[in-house]
Order: sequence, then structure tokens, then C-alpha cells
Amino acid sequence: MDFLEEPIPGVGTYDDFNTIDWVREKSRDRDRHREITNKSKESTWALIHSVSDAFSGWLLMLLIGLLSGSLAGLIDISAHWMTDLKEGICTLGIWFNHEHCCWNSNHVTFENRDKCPEWNSWSQLIISTNEGAFAYIVNYFMYVLWALLFAFLAVSLVKVFAPYACGSGIPEGYLGKWTLMIKTITLVLAVSSGLSLGKEGPLVHVACCCGNILCHCFNKYRKNEAKRREVLSAAAAAGVSVAFGAPIGGVLFSLEEVSYYFPLKTLWRSFFAALVAAFTLRSINPFGNSRLVLFYVEFHTPWHLFELVPFILLGIFGGLWGALFIRTNIAWCRKRKTTQLGKYPVVEVLVVTAITAILAFPNEYTRVSTSELISELFNDCGLLDSSKLCDYENRFNTSKAGELPDRPAGVGVYSAMWQLALTLILKIVITIFTFGMKIPSGLFIPSMAVGAIAGRLLGVGMEQLAYYHHDWAIFNSWCSQGADCITPGLYAMVGAAACGVTRMTVSLVVIMFELTGGLEYIVPLMAAAMTSKWVADALGREGIYDAHIRLNGYPFLEAKEEFAHKTLAMDVMKPRRNDPLLTVLTQDSMTVEDVETIISETTYSGFPVVVSRESQRLVGFVLRRDLIISIENARKKQDGVVSTSVIYFTEHSPPVPPYTPPTLKLRNILDLSPFTVTDLTPMEIVVDIFRKLGLRQCLVTHNGRLLGIITKKDVLKHIAQMANQDPDSILFN
Amino acid sequence: MLFVADPARPVTRGPRRKCGRRSPSRSPAGSWSRGLRLWRLLGLAAMATLWAGLLRLASMLSLSCLALSVLLLVQLSDAAKNSEDVRCKCICPPYKDNSGHIYNKNISQKDCDCLHVVDPMPVRGPDVEAYCLRCECKYEERSSVTIKVTIIIYLSILGLLLLYMVYLTLVEPILKRRLFGHSQLIQSDDDVGDHQPFANAHDVLARSRSRANVLNKVEYAQQRWKLQVQEQRKSVFDRHVVLS
Repeated sequence: MDFLEEPIPGVGTYDDFNTIDWVREKSRDRDRHREITNKSKESTWALIHSVSDAFSGWLLMLLIGLLSGSLAGLIDISAHWMTDLKEGICTLGIWFNHEHCCWNSNHVTFENRDKCPEWNSWSQLIISTNEGAFAYIVNYFMYVLWALLFAFLAVSLVKVFAPYACGSGIPEGYLGKWTLMIKTITLVLAVSSGLSLGKEGPLVHVACCCGNILCHCFNKYRKNEAKRREVLSAAAAAGVSVAFGAPIGGVLFSLEEVSYYFPLKTLWRSFFAALVAAFTLRSINPFGNSRLVLFYVEFHTPWHLFELVPFILLGIFGGLWGALFIRTNIAWCRKRKTTQLGKYPVVEVLVVTAITAILAFPNEYTRVSTSELISELFNDCGLLDSSKLCDYENRFNTSKAGELPDRPAGVGVYSAMWQLALTLILKIVITIFTFGMKIPSGLFIPSMAVGAIAGRLLGVGMEQLAYYHHDWAIFNSWCSQGADCITPGLYAMVGAAACGVTRMTVSLVVIMFELTGGLEYIVPLMAAAMTSKWVADALGREGIYDAHIRLNGYPFLEAKEEFAHKTLAMDVMKPRRNDPLLTVLTQDSMTVEDVETIISETTYSGFPVVVSRESQRLVGFVLRRDLIISIENARKKQDGVVSTSVIYFTEHSPPVPPYTPPTLKLRNILDLSPFTVTDLTPMEIVVDIFRKLGLRQCLVTHNGRLLGIITKKDVLKHIAQMANQDPDSILFN
Repeated sequence: MLFVADPARPVTRGPRRKCGRRSPSRSPAGSWSRGLRLWRLLGLAAMATLWAGLLRLASMLSLSCLALSVLLLVQLSDAAKNSEDVRCKCICPPYKDNSGHIYNKNISQKDCDCLHVVDPMPVRGPDVEAYCLRCECKYEERSSVTIKVTIIIYLSILGLLLLYMVYLTLVEPILKRRLFGHSQLIQSDDDVGDHQPFANAHDVLARSRSRANVLNKVEYAQQRWKLQVQEQRKSVFDRHVVLS
């Protein structure tokens, strides 16, 4: 009985950070499925087993949706409460935030919808009054203090428990239980501390962690890396769905950004997970009125064709902001990585928080959380609004049902414009330094805020222009006097959609259209988003996550760029001309000791196996990990295997003289179908093969004989070289 | 030994090579005091690992309980709807001489309109209809129980984590130092100060091999976790690898 026929634990698994071999994993899964289907005819138990195996995918998606939705609800409710904790406490119950504290109050006035006696600000608690300079100073001080406390707790928790929890986590990262818990807890703290960051990216990471953890409950997914990656893309879709309240956008996002390899079967599963997550979040009802996201838009006023010009202007602004942000942020992160600055992450977080809090308190638009700011900017002003931004002069005589004409701006609007301009500058500058710190931080909300502010400013400008110059040709033909011509809220929305630093155009547009609940604004949104993408592409090559990936040197192939050079496979393969020959194993003439020497002397992750050194005819490919594990296992468990035992990869043992130690068969770890290309294959095709099949390495043959090997890293280095980037700047691990 | 650390791999498996030098000097006191010290050490380590193991178990359980409990809450909140948790909110803009006003009342959805909620009516007779046409009444529901329970869950998890963090960073090194004296503190010079707890933990726990199997497994799991976190931290904070 051959001990090595049964699978040895550890063979064929991956460390984190190693890219997986999709082809192998898919064929393993097909084998497993075939075996179960064949066995299902034997007994009822096997039939049940096969049915449950088929359903396990859907059950897993259901669980992922439930868990993601619940965690998102927990994060939302806690973040709202803690954000308001910086300003005061509710006397009805400490667990209520400002809005819920004043929910049942009868003392809320039309002008001041925020003030109610049940909500006590800190100055009221400490010095029993809310008026005066001293009260302002006390409020200021407590605000900064709470912000610093939250930020300190967040960064110290991340540092002590789960350093992989920091960051946005949309690219590959570590997905464990501790990371999940720490990310959830510290995300709330980071958002509440008033820093200019969002929670969308980290929510996607949280959802992926849920997916990874729940995979362990199911045998089918625990062992197969490729299927686990599919589950992770579906979990990412669920994460975006709860972050924005947009299930369809979530699935598209998962397609666009997260999935390397997206079979159609995953599409339905992703939809299912996203819908379950959205439904769970809705039942938990964090916002008290059955909405998923804070900035849901409800107006339906029409837009006019001439407004496309300002919309495209907003798109250009979005593209410029994107390019500027990526360049400056990468420069700052590179500085952090290479100088002393990176040695003090806690101090850095505290300093940035202090600066943000100190600058944010005086301006009422920076004091509120970014989501509230965006929702106020998206709001179309009507008669029922009394905020500063809606302080228009009502000079009309009659009011048609619901529709207000364009009105001149009052004093409040002008002062709001100044404050918003200052907010814009502050947010642009501070986000550059915030993104990349060692706490969970997302980028969507701050970028959307920048875009929304710019849009609103432009919208109000256009509105006043239309009012004061209604006799100009443009306005005369499209807008009749006394009609509601320009909606600044729409400009804010279009601005928010244009500011996509992540370059996910399609998903962002779909998310925005799901938020507005209608197709009427599709054209402006698409116009702005496409313009933004073209401008940003003209100025810089990649999105923020790709730029960070390049900075850190992960071997991900960019599936978006065409390779357009005329090099051949033999220009890229290793060994190069002056290098020593390729390290190969022979199929039946090496001893255990020889193999161990090769393993200890080299660091390659795999070795080709040839018939003999003279013929160099290829047999297969064997991975280093599998070799190590099998040999260790054999030494321990099989009798008589010593250093001089011959290793063979053939079906039958080679003839050995008598009185020599028994041979060791390692055929079952040999991949008998490695991918090969000839040395004259154009690199275009080789790059295509790597991308489409998800290979890790590919062997190069010449006239049927093994010549060299191309790995994924070689391909990436070559692409970088061809694109005139310095391949040494790619800091591979 | 066959296994050689692959430098391309960021996570090393197996024991770390440089987990501190083994103290060459044995205790000058007799074997009796050494045995006593060993027992005290065993007790402390057992307590530590038991607590850590329980915390890990608790964390896993709490995660799974979280989803279930929140779902249960949803059911509960649907069942027992507090009258305080529903309201009809009417916003009425300024009209003639009256300023704008907001009216709140805890009534059900079918009664949510201007006539039921606006009380006292500021205008008389035929004006009432004009006034009410301008008002906008919305029905809103919330669940204060959900909010309360969520905040309590969050704060308790946060509190537990903070306690554990304080224990790991402050209490454990003090206890170790008291037991072993300064000579046996790990001189891992390349690591920053707060790596101390983990480096110490590994060495301390590595000594106490002769124990029950369950504790051994818990200890091994905790050891492995700590090493993993240490590795993670090296790669994140020292080499700034993980993407932000």
C-alpha cells in the first residue's frame, strides 16, 4: 500500500500573499464534484450529501449576507452615536444620539431643528450654560479631546491586535477573525473621531472577512482556494451593498475591482448575497426611516440640455482632483515608507486628528460628519427647509403645488458659500494626509464630499446667474421665468459622482442612480463620470488602489492594459543568457539527498521535472512546498526512506540494485500538465495566457526540449520595463 | 532539518530562529527553589493562557451570537412596538402671520395627517385647509431597543478588548519581570519596546512543556497567534507593506 496515495495535509495549500493557481484549483473542484455526483447514485445518504453540496453555496451566501448586514448595522448605529458623543450626551438615555434624543421632543422649533432640552452639550453639563465664549471654549476643548481619545484607541487597538486591519482593505489582505473584530471596532472609532475618512472600503473588507470565516464551515470551500476567491468576490459585493445601500452597484463593483476571475455562476450568488445583506440592514433600520444610506435623494426635477456644460466642467474638476490626489497621496505614502515618519504611527495619527479637529470645529460644515454634510448638499431646498443653505428670499406671490421658482439668495446662502469653500479646501488638503494611516480608512465618502461641495457651489452659482440674468439667450430659451430651472442639489450629486479617485466608473454611476431612485439623471451622471475618467487617465495611469499596489509590489497583473510590444518569450524567460542552467529534477535518477540539497540551495517555488538531463524532455512541474512536505512526511512515516533513497516520478519504480534502500514515489504531487509555450511565442500572447488563465508560471520549450521558465513576476517586470518604469522601484517582497 | 525558511514568504512557520537567547546561567539557588519558581510560573502561564484562550473562544462565540441576537432583536422590536417609537412629524412652513412650526405626535400611521397632529391649530376656519396643504406630514418608526442593545454590545466588546490590551502591554511584562528577574528578559534588540509582551510570552510559555494536553493546545494556539501578529506587525509597521 502506498502511503503517499492519500492526501497529505498541507500539500497543495497556499500561504497568504501567494497568488493561486486557478487552473489547478478549478480542476480539483471539478474532480470533487464529479466524485460526489457519481457516488450520489449509490445510497440515499450520498444523494442527500450531493444535494446539500449543491445548496451549500447558496446557504453560504445567505449567511454572509446576514452577517455582513448585521455588522454594518452595528457599525452604523455605533458610529452615529459616537460621533455625537463628541458634542454632548442625551439625558433620556445615554445610548441615544442627537437626532434620536430630540425625536420625541416637542420643543424643536422650525428654525432650530437641532436644539432640544433633552440633549445636553458638554458645556451644559460642565458649566451649566450653553451661551457665551467660555461655553464655546469648553465645547471646543471637549470636541478635540474626544476626537483624540477615539483616534488613540483606534490606532493602539490596530497596532496591538491586528495590524492587517488598517487601511481600506479593498485589495488583497489578511482575512481572519481577529482582523474582522478589530476592523469593526476600530472603524467606528476612526469614523467617530472626525477624521476625513469613510467607511465604505473598510466595510468591504469586513464583509470579505465574514466570507472567509464562514468558508471554514463548509468543506467545499475550506479546501479549495479558487472557490474561496469566488466567495470573497460575492462577499465584497455584499459589503458595497450595505455601505451604499445599492445591491446592483455592489455586484458591479465586485466585477470591476475585486474579481480577477469572475465566472457567471458567481454573478447570481453575488446578487443574492448583496440582496440579503441589504435586507438585513434595512430590518435593523439604523436611520429610523427604513432607508439604507444617509444621503438618499428624493427630488425629480428635470434638467436641461445646456446644463451639460457645467456637468462636464464638474467632470473635469473631478478628474483633476483625482489625479492630484493620487500623486500627492502616493508621494506622501512613499515618504512615510522611507523616512523616520513611518516609525511613529500612533503619534502621526494623533497629530493628524488634532489638526483635523482643531480646524474642523469652528466651521459648522466640517463639524458634522461627512455623510450628514453630503446629505445636506444633496437636498433640494423647499419651503419646508430652514437651514442656512436654504435661506432664499421668498419674493413670489403664489406657490404652485410643490414647485418653487428660482429665488435670489439670502444672506444665509452667501455665508454658507464661503464656509463651504473653506470646507472644500480643508477636505482636499487633509484627506491627502489621512488616507494611508494605520487605521481603517475609506476613500469614497471624502471624495464624494469634495465633489458634492464643488457641485453645490457651481449649482448655486448657476441658479443665481439664471435668476439675475434670465434675459440671456441660454436661460430664456430653456427656462421660463418663474419656473424651477436649476437644482443645485443635482449639481452636488453629479459632482459627487465625478470625483471617483478609484476609477470605478460604471459601478459608481450605478450606485448613484440607485441612490436617486430613477433613470432621469443617468445622462448627467454618465457625462460627468466619463469626463472625469478621461481627464484622470490623461494625467495619470492608474487608480489609487492600483497605485498603492504598485508601491507595495504585489504581483497582480493589471488586467486592464493592453500589452503592445513585440518581444518574444525567450526575451523574458529565465535563465538568461549568462545565468546558470535551469534547475531541474530528473524523473527517476535523483536521490532524496540531491533533492534536499537543491531545495536548500535555491529559493525557487517550483521545479520542472525532465526525463533526463541529456534529453531535457519535459515530464511535469512540481512545487517546492509539496516536495518539502512529502519528503518530510515520507521520512517520518515510510519505512526505510533515507537520504540515498531514489525519488521517482514515473508510474513504476526504476530498477534498482538489491540491498539499496527502498525508493520513494512522488508522482502524485507532480503536475503532469504544466503550461508550455515555445520560445518564439510573442509576449502579447504570453501575457494574455497569464491573465486569462491566471497562471503563476509557464515553461518555455524549444523544439520540444525544456529551455526556461517564465513566472508572473517576470511578466510584470517586463511590462514595467516596457512601460519605461524602473523595475527596481517595484518593491517586490 | 529539511525545512528552510523561504525568504520570499512573509510568514514563517515553525519556531522563530531568534526568539531571544536562552539564558545560560541556571539559578544559583538549589533545585527546590527552582522547582517552586517553576510551579509559580506554571500557574501564572496556565492562568494567562486560559484567559487568552477563553477570550478567543468568547470572541468567536460573540461574533456568531451577534448576528443571531441582532436578528432576534428585529423580531422583538417588531413584536413589542413601544408607543414611544412611532411618531408622525408634521412640518408646517410660515403662513401669513404664523411662523413655521414642527409638530410631533406618537400616533399610528392611519392617523398621520395634518388634522390629527397639528394641535392647537394656529389658524381658524377656511384657512385651516390652506395651512394644512402646505404642511408635510411623515410617519416614522424606530426601535430604541435595537439602538440600546447595539450600543451596549459595542461598548462591552470595546471594553473587553481594552482590558485585554492593557493586560498584554502592561500587566504581563510586570508579572514576568517579577518572577524571573531582569536577567531573563528577552534581549530582542531589533524590536521596538512594545514587542516585549509577545517575545516574552513565547519564551516563557515554551518552557512549560509538561502540562495537560488541553492547556498545551491552547497555549500553542495562542503562541502561534502571537507570533502571527508579531509577523504582521513587522511587515506592516516596519516594512509598510500592507496597503493603506
